[in-house]
Amino acid sequence: MTKSLTDIQTELLGTFFEESFEGLQQLESGLLALEQSKSSDPDIINDVFRAAHSIKGGAGSFGLPEVCTLGHAMESMLEDFRSRRTQPTRESLAALLEGVDLLRNALEARKAGSSLPLPGLQTFCERLAALRGASDAQPAPVIAAAKASENLDITFLPLPKILESGNEPVRLLRELARLGHADVTADLSKLPALTEIDPSLCYLSWQIALEGSGVTRAAVEDVFCWVDTDAEVRIVGRNATVTPLDIGPAQATAQSPSPLVQEAKHAAAPAPTGDGRSDTTMGSIRVGVDKIDMLMNMVGELVITQSMLGVMDDESRLDSRRVEQLREGLSLLARNTRSLQESVMRLRSVPISAVFSRFPRLVHDLSQQLGKQVELRVSGQTTEIDKTVVEKLGDPLVHLVRNSMDHGLETPEARVAAGKPPVGVIEIGAYHHGGDVVVEVTDDGRGINREKVIDRARQLGLLGPNEAPPEDAIRDFIFAPGFSTAAAVTDVSGRGVGMDVVRRNIRALGGDVFIETTVGKGTRISMRLPLTLAIIDGQIIRVGQHAYVVPLLSIVESVQVEPKRVNKYQGKRELYRLRDKLIPMVELGQVLGMTSWQRSEDSLMMIVEAENAQIGLLVDELLAQQQVVVKSLETNYDRVPGLSGATILGDGSVAFILDTAAIGRLVRGVSTNGAHAA
Amino acid sequence: MANIMTVDDSVSLRKLVASALQGAGHTVSEADSGQSALNVAKTKVFDLVISDLNMPGMDGLTLVGHLRKLPAYRSIPILILTTEMDPQKKQAAKAAGATGWLVKPFDPVQLLATIRKVLD
Amino acid sequence: MSELPDVPNTASEPAKERSAQLLTFFLDQQEYGVDILRVQEIRGWSAPMPIPGAPSYIKGVINIRGDVVPIADLRERLRLPPLEYGATTAVVVLRVRYKNRDRVMGVVVDAMSDVTTVPGHALKPPPTFHDSSESLTKEIATLEDKMITILDVDCVFGDQAA
Repeated sequence: MTKSLTDIQTELLGTFFEESFEGLQQLESGLLALEQSKSSDPDIINDVFRAAHSIKGGAGSFGLPEVCTLGHAMESMLEDFRSRRTQPTRESLAALLEGVDLLRNALEARKAGSSLPLPGLQTFCERLAALRGASDAQPAPVIAAAKASENLDITFLPLPKILESGNEPVRLLRELARLGHADVTADLSKLPALTEIDPSLCYLSWQIALEGSGVTRAAVEDVFCWVDTDAEVRIVGRNATVTPLDIGPAQATAQSPSPLVQEAKHAAAPAPTGDGRSDTTMGSIRVGVDKIDMLMNMVGELVITQSMLGVMDDESRLDSRRVEQLREGLSLLARNTRSLQESVMRLRSVPISAVFSRFPRLVHDLSQQLGKQVELRVSGQTTEIDKTVVEKLGDPLVHLVRNSMDHGLETPEARVAAGKPPVGVIEIGAYHHGGDVVVEVTDDGRGINREKVIDRARQLGLLGPNEAPPEDAIRDFIFAPGFSTAAAVTDVSGRGVGMDVVRRNIRALGGDVFIETTVGKGTRISMRLPLTLAIIDGQIIRVGQHAYVVPLLSIVESVQVEPKRVNKYQGKRELYRLRDKLIPMVELGQVLGMTSWQRSEDSLMMIVEAENAQIGLLVDELLAQQQVVVKSLETNYDRVPGLSGATILGDGSVAFILDTAAIGRLVRGVSTNGAHAA
Repeated sequence: MANIMTVDDSVSLRKLVASALQGAGHTVSEADSGQSALNVAKTKVFDLVISDLNMPGMDGLTLVGHLRKLPAYRSIPILILTTEMDPQKKQAAKAAGATGWLVKPFDPVQLLATIRKVLD
Repeated sequence: MSELPDVPNTASEPAKERSAQLLTFFLDQQEYGVDILRVQEIRGWSAPMPIPGAPSYIKGVINIRGDVVPIADLRERLRLPPLEYGATTAVVVLRVRYKNRDRVMGVVVDAMSDVTTVPGHALKPPPTFHDSSESLTKEIATLEDKMITILDVDCVFGDQAA
């Protein structure tokens, strides 16, 4: 049974919305790029055009005529750019960006199940039309003449090469025959001898006398509409009273959405969440195929393990060998289950670009609103974080960026006067550190003045008039509710209430917020969030009897220790001469509490980053490189200096993950060899 | 029933077409780009190919051109799916070797009726 | 991790009314017990990964179904003479509350004993000795044939003096 269009549309509607929002994102970035570059890069214009075209086409096919109209209006302007009829101007690009917002709202509304008409649609389309300077008048659809049914004489003379286009005359004749009663006569005069026939050519032509109540010119033309360049078709009415008209295809350059579309019943469409919220809260999530593959493998392993254990079920007697096998099987099962669990949790990780994507637009709009020139730099887009954290991160991040732009960055004039380039820089970055994800907003603006903060604190009564300000005054006060050192409260970032809300939100997630600032140079605000699941690429090493993991990111290189390059200083500190550098050597075994660890001839030195310096860790062996899941030691134990967490290796054993920066600090703080962790 | 390949980078639209065709009992294979469609075509001959016009990378007409160069596809029906068809577009489509076109939005009945012209 | 059940403060309430359900085990031939509701599981002993800088009675961490769990030697914690681990050595995995957080940790014991319900009237407050086991003992259960020292699991991990 054929599903109705409405059924199919409803099923695929969710996918359509997802695609469209992505398309809007592309549309927006493209428009912003065009605006910034001030040139009309044809590739970008093509991309932007295509994005609008897809949304328009999709909307039409999914029964969203208003969205289709909106998309069409934008597409027309973009087509002007594409065909070089006009050049993109600041005004037209701004209008198109508005269109993006309108489209977004329209899609959100439809997605939430609203069937109300979209506000501002008509005005906007008219504005775009005016900007285009074109009369976007829809040409009146050409009326096919002679709707009345009539009997027709049709001459069908296909060109020999018609078959190459994939059109088969016989099928066309069959279609004609469906319209009514057809009397078909074939003309074989052009047919060559059998031995000379080329099967890829058509040598025949036909005369068809067509009669019936369903026979109309329009219907006949429709049958032949694909072959009008591959064939000659003459249609003559059999009743001489109706004169044959030559009707060409409609000359429309633009068409309104086909009246054949039935509007999907949105009110009845099942809203996936029922509360009309955007898709970031519940609903679907796009998952990379590689994650699915991993999951499939896990499940496969589980099935094998299960059948292994199932075999033993048959035996009623449990002898010691069976018990041993059972134990192994159970242990394997435990491992597989754990892997599966981790894989599923990994599904919930999304790259942080999901949060960062809104910032180019935000910064662009704000910079215009505030009259400041801003360059936005984004890094760490691929940093993965849990989906639930992503949602809660968005608003605090927006607030921080607004704050930076509003209060942090100076106007171009002020910047030049201060000897800075007129364009301010805002950097948004994300990276993993141990079991946390760190998200930072940095600006090169005026910084936060400690004295002003203290004054304001006294003003607000947070600090007594004679009370000495605390060491970390900025940190302590800037997060207080109602705090704002700006004299004028702009509506962009609102009152200083923002910062305390930011910190509260981040703390609710189990994280914290930190500020570093230098007057005249800029400010950096870091949000540190614990991860439900962190995965890093690690190098497994052996020190003594135990395995440890060093994050690959921290590793510079590994070398075989050559005794002649070792220099001893001040008693027992050892420095290794590597090319032009002197690298402090660290007896990792001692640092990790293995008092009996001895360096051997085969010891390797792994040079790692330790904050702003490099140190060389002495290890016994390099084992595998693999991705490891970071487990926090603090959950059940405590923070351990020098370790950033732990992981479970494939054999089920626990391996600690080294914090090379912390080890560097530990080593620097001790003057004798045989350093011990605090 | 026929073996049909649909090509469209938009998942929702592609599946819309596929569903309509499957509902009528046809077997449908999907490709999400011109290149992947071409790759599949090199190993399997379909009774009909329906491709969107506007796709990133290889667009619909380029795909038609490449398909026509494959010996097996010299006269296989290939339809272009597009939102409108003006004379210039029509000419370009025919020149590339397309059999015909389908205008979207469409409804399944109309779609199925139209492809009768190229399917047994 | 599941929430810890609400454990009534046994020191202040009259010990007559309620009974205690215990998991008991042996250390140095003495029988000890812990609140059964705090026991997550019992495992055989497996070598833990030593933690740098940890107190000596904390032997390291082990993997329990993906969680990293610290293991403490209860003999050492109670200042009892050490004993080599043998066939009967077991690890009791407990849910404890330490520094305002719920955690999971295991303690090594000589051998498992039983699950026992001790009637309220057999429960008495601990005597005041001057050894460290005092801070860990919650109550003493006196039964007709034996004595069970009931430990406060929340104190095992570290001293709650702070």
